[in-house]
Amino acid sequence: MNAPRHFTTQLAVIGSGIAGFAASIFALNRKIATAQVGNTGAVAYTTGYLDLIGKRDGVADVVTDPWQALASLRETEPTHPLSRVAADDIQRAFAEFTAFLGECGLAYSAPGAVNISALTPVGTLKQTLCVPATMAAGPHALAANAACVIVDFRGLKGFSGVEVVANLRQRWPRLTTQRISFPGMERGEVYPEVMARALEVPAIREKLAEALNGVAGSTSIIGLPAMLGMHRPDHVRAELERLTGREIFEIPTMPPSVPGIRLRELFQQVLPQKGVTLVPQQKVTSLSFGDDGATLALSDNFGPIRVHAQAVILATGRFLSGGLEAHPTGIREHLLDLPVTQPAARADWYRARYTDPRGHPIHRAGIEVDDSFRPLTSEGRRYHDRLFAAGVILAHQDWIRGRSGAGIAIATAFKAVTEAERFLSGR
Amino acid sequence: MSSDATTLETEVLIIGGGVTGTGIMRDLALRGIHSLLIDKRDLCAGASGGNHGLLHSGARYVSTDPGAAMECRQENALLKRLAPQCIETAGGLFVAVEGDDPAFAEQFPALCRSAAIECEELSPGEARRLEPLLSEELFKAYRVPDATIDPFHLAMANVDHARLINGSVYRPHTEVLRFEVAAGEIRAAICHDHLHNRPLTIRARQFVNAGGAWAMNIARLAGCADVRLLYSKGTILVSSDRLAQRVINRLRPPGDGDILVPGGTVSLLGTTSTRVDDLEQVAPTAEEIDRNIREGAAMIPALAGARYIRAFSRVRPLLQTVGATDRAATRGFALLDHATQGVGNFCTITGGKLTTFRLMAEKTSDLVARRLGNDQASATASVPLPDDEASSWADPAAAPKRWRHDRDPDDMILCECEMVPQSAIEQVFASSPDIEKERTIELIALRTRAGKGPCQGSFCGIRIGSWLYDQGYYRDATGLAQMRDFFDERFKGQRSVIWGQQAAQMELAEALHCGLLGLDTLGGDQ
Repeated sequence: MNAPRHFTTQLAVIGSGIAGFAASIFALNRKIATAQVGNTGAVAYTTGYLDLIGKRDGVADVVTDPWQALASLRETEPTHPLSRVAADDIQRAFAEFTAFLGECGLAYSAPGAVNISALTPVGTLKQTLCVPATMAAGPHALAANAACVIVDFRGLKGFSGVEVVANLRQRWPRLTTQRISFPGMERGEVYPEVMARALEVPAIREKLAEALNGVAGSTSIIGLPAMLGMHRPDHVRAELERLTGREIFEIPTMPPSVPGIRLRELFQQVLPQKGVTLVPQQKVTSLSFGDDGATLALSDNFGPIRVHAQAVILATGRFLSGGLEAHPTGIREHLLDLPVTQPAARADWYRARYTDPRGHPIHRAGIEVDDSFRPLTSEGRRYHDRLFAAGVILAHQDWIRGRSGAGIAIATAFKAVTEAERFLSGR
Repeated sequence: MSSDATTLETEVLIIGGGVTGTGIMRDLALRGIHSLLIDKRDLCAGASGGNHGLLHSGARYVSTDPGAAMECRQENALLKRLAPQCIETAGGLFVAVEGDDPAFAEQFPALCRSAAIECEELSPGEARRLEPLLSEELFKAYRVPDATIDPFHLAMANVDHARLINGSVYRPHTEVLRFEVAAGEIRAAICHDHLHNRPLTIRARQFVNAGGAWAMNIARLAGCADVRLLYSKGTILVSSDRLAQRVINRLRPPGDGDILVPGGTVSLLGTTSTRVDDLEQVAPTAEEIDRNIREGAAMIPALAGARYIRAFSRVRPLLQTVGATDRAATRGFALLDHATQGVGNFCTITGGKLTTFRLMAEKTSDLVARRLGNDQASATASVPLPDDEASSWADPAAAPKRWRHDRDPDDMILCECEMVPQSAIEQVFASSPDIEKERTIELIALRTRAGKGPCQGSFCGIRIGSWLYDQGYYRDATGLAQMRDFFDERFKGQRSVIWGQQAAQMELAEALHCGLLGLDTLGGDQ
């Protein structure tokens, strides 16, 4: 048995979803020494779209102005995590987060005054605040009803240009579709991740450009399933645009999709380079607090690890990432057994209809925090001055129905880091 | 509304597409009698599709109903010989654990002997070697020839064979609204065709009510008050893994959660028995789920921590007899000729169980043939059920086997949990009833294993939807609405067992279906 390796840091971030990575980025920008640990959660399942608020619960209409929706959310749902972060801070958080991604080679649209109607793999539209630069031309072309061809691939499951066109026909009459084989993958099933890595190779790009030009005819805009490279998507896209002489954009595919994997790989590569101590893929087994700080215990392939930190941000997510556990007898918080606000009985977790627009009560379960985003005990006291929480583990929100997962993650991570910084500086 | 107020003619109209109705269709066809089979929903939509899939050896009934036990023993042997493609000869164990009555266990082999059911005692050690997850508290174990049978495969094979023999026809989504009765005979059934939303008249010489739990309601439409049923709701859980190779029965008088049956890659645990009045609104409750698991865990402790992917409830029709409990003396079947009810060409078959469906069909067909003046005997006890490839895609064990054998790399696997390729869907389409011009996700879900694995269709539903658009079966937002309906339908079976890993799976599925694709706001954004 190896002796534990010890790391000492100012801030420990537990969780490797959007909230965890956003917290590390905000801490990095504030020159706070940071260690980030925990399973690389659901990042690979994201589409790359960064939603703020795309829909209000139980309201059929979509949200076009998320800032207006935010203002009314403050009135109707003051306990919603987004109601507890100032709008200016949310705006700053999105700007800081997307700017960081841009500096690292993954350009994003800046947060705007209104939502973007972004495309989905089945031809529906989704209201989101920021999209990767590789996807931005799609919504523009839609808004302008520009002639555009969706090109899909033989052997690629779950993405059909015919389907996208069929469902967008009313709004986008000038949208058409064509099918080609991916160069070198003419037989059998093909996978976006494999195609994306192949497109890092210039010769493959040239062959693909040739195939695209073969079917695009006079159409000057081409939509593709998201697969324009893994590490330099903006470069791959620019090269394909140069080779084809046409504008090109991506549409997300079914998860786990290339844009999600890009985010995960970017975080894992860039954050250590910038000085964050990153221990991904490992679950923290215990967290304890003493007078001089907090201690996290976990293990990796080389043996046990102890991280000593002055402050901790809990961003462990919900059921998919393991922050919350649904037991037959009730919902528990995994690491500290923090009290979880939840429906009275298991029978009340889900409504009768799966796609009920009001959402399911289980999604509003979560942990309680005070105004400094410190988790609360069942007596309503702070669990510890050194402990903060961020992301969708927080109660009183339904990120799925609200189309607000990234928004809650980024906004509350910003708030938690701000409060942790205040604590660390002794203010 | 269509202008052709459609009228169909047949010799025999069979109402109810469960295993019994399909069995009658085939039995009649083998005697040269043409029939039309209708169901207000689709094949096995009632109790036929909502049970363990257990082909009883008969041992389950030796203490309560020796007659039924012997019927099961005979049918079990017969079906294993004539319809092996629908059966897994898994074998079965009866096990007693600490707390169970040793006297009951002791008398079991003698009871089996008197019903001529093979029964071999195993030591607890031998039993646990065969089934390592059995409880260490086990003190008695017997081996019996239980097996499993796939009712969907069986029903489809019956229908296909009948069609092949004499062009007998199956029409799903066709509901009887009333009967036209004149001079002591039913002349026609006035139906509604739900698929095309139009009325339909069916004329026949004989009318057979094989409505299962709905048989009493159907009989009343013909003015027959002699069908008296009680309704017993049973709840069964499906685990994501196969926890035992054999059927495991609790060696005690029949009770809750005392049978665990393998079904391909999963196991089915049940059942509870609760009296209900409503036939349409039945769903598992948390209490029934917990009770099944608690009882089942006494035999197989791993059931307490197992991952469940589904639970379902169905209503069993129980023949009303005075003074009997729901579990005892009510598993027999009844064939009523309605001679005293003023209609001479109508009969009702109800009660019974999956294992004896063939016998029930034979007795019913005997009556119908006699009334038609046909003196041919039933052939279903000797003619094998043809092995048809298309219907085998419903069988939990069949798809993975075939996939290993011949695999065309261009034949995309659309359901990855259950290994259902696009070629299977093409086959199913080619062999599905003519009435179903529409090629939908729902049809695929009924006739293949697609959507029945751990992801419960949340991913394959999207892949199949895309494929249907690709093939031109969907041309507008109808496809998305049907995708949504498919997910809503699958959810009904998941809702009561969402905890542990299933809660994570559900969160991912909902993020995909609602968060990304917006299936909760269809029409709202379009």
